[in-house]
Amino acid sequence: MMLDAINWHSCFFLLFAAIACSFAVAVVVSSNVVRMAFYLIVSLASVAALFFLAGAEFVGAMQLMIYVGGTLVLLAFGVMLTARGPLVSIPTGGGQWILATIVGGSLLVVLVQTALSVGDWRGPTTPQAAAEQPANAPPLGLAMLGVRADQLDESNPRRREGMSGYLLPFEIVSVHLLVVLVGAAYLARAKR
Amino acid sequence: MNLLTQPVGLAHYLVVGAILFVAGVVCMATKRNGIGVLMGIELVLNGANLNFVAFGSPSLRADSQYAIGLDGHMAALFVIVLAAAEAAVALAIVLSFYRDHATVDVDEADELEG
Repeated sequence: MMLDAINWHSCFFLLFAAIACSFAVAVVVSSNVVRMAFYLIVSLASVAALFFLAGAEFVGAMQLMIYVGGTLVLLAFGVMLTARGPLVSIPTGGGQWILATIVGGSLLVVLVQTALSVGDWRGPTTPQAAAEQPANAPPLGLAMLGVRADQLDESNPRRREGMSGYLLPFEIVSVHLLVVLVGAAYLARAKR
Repeated sequence: MNLLTQPVGLAHYLVVGAILFVAGVVCMATKRNGIGVLMGIELVLNGANLNFVAFGSPSLRADSQYAIGLDGHMAALFVIVLAAAEAAVALAIVLSFYRDHATVDVDEADELEG
């Protein structure tokens, strides 16, 4: 049967990768800022689907909740508050397009060549490996609290020293988020 | 190789991440709308995030003992949180600029030019 030969994981990867890339290019090509916001939402939601396909279900859920549900709603409000009359689409000069295409194209060539140059990165040797990944939300939560539950069997003592978890970065990023939100509210307040 | 029957590898994820990254860089360089520049930054951060998650997944590569595992997921989570913070501050700056100048064209922001 033809259907038995199809690898559905690869199929869905191709589908969501095509959606993510085409809508990302649509963000660049479009000059209407309202449409750009919508294209960006579709692109980032398909990136969340790619996270799920890579076995990172917690990161994918966070991408949907924080990015698509929070950051892009914030961006949509910014568009609504500022997109008025001629500001909806500000055209870009032709010379800037040519320069940006040259720089972006050469960057893309370098990155893709680097990605394809390592043979071990082209794919797994055993196709069934993707099915047997453990759930990673509990070890991620423990790592945030400073315990690396996934590295308990690390025997090298020098490597164990660097595996103290992420408690300090977690605290720093929490305080950073608080400071940033207070600062944003202060910056955007109405002047008397 | 036929992608419909073969498993995808790390290189495929890296190519998708590279396309998102380059789209974001071109978006940042060409958009004159301040919010359009912000959207370019979001695309760049997502391309980098996709690479972090792909390098963390051991099922995508032949040398799976070198996968960075949960560290990649953790870096992606921190990037998501920092992107939210960055978007909040940058939007506040854009709104403040819009109130003072009645435009969001970043080319108009040239008061500090020497």
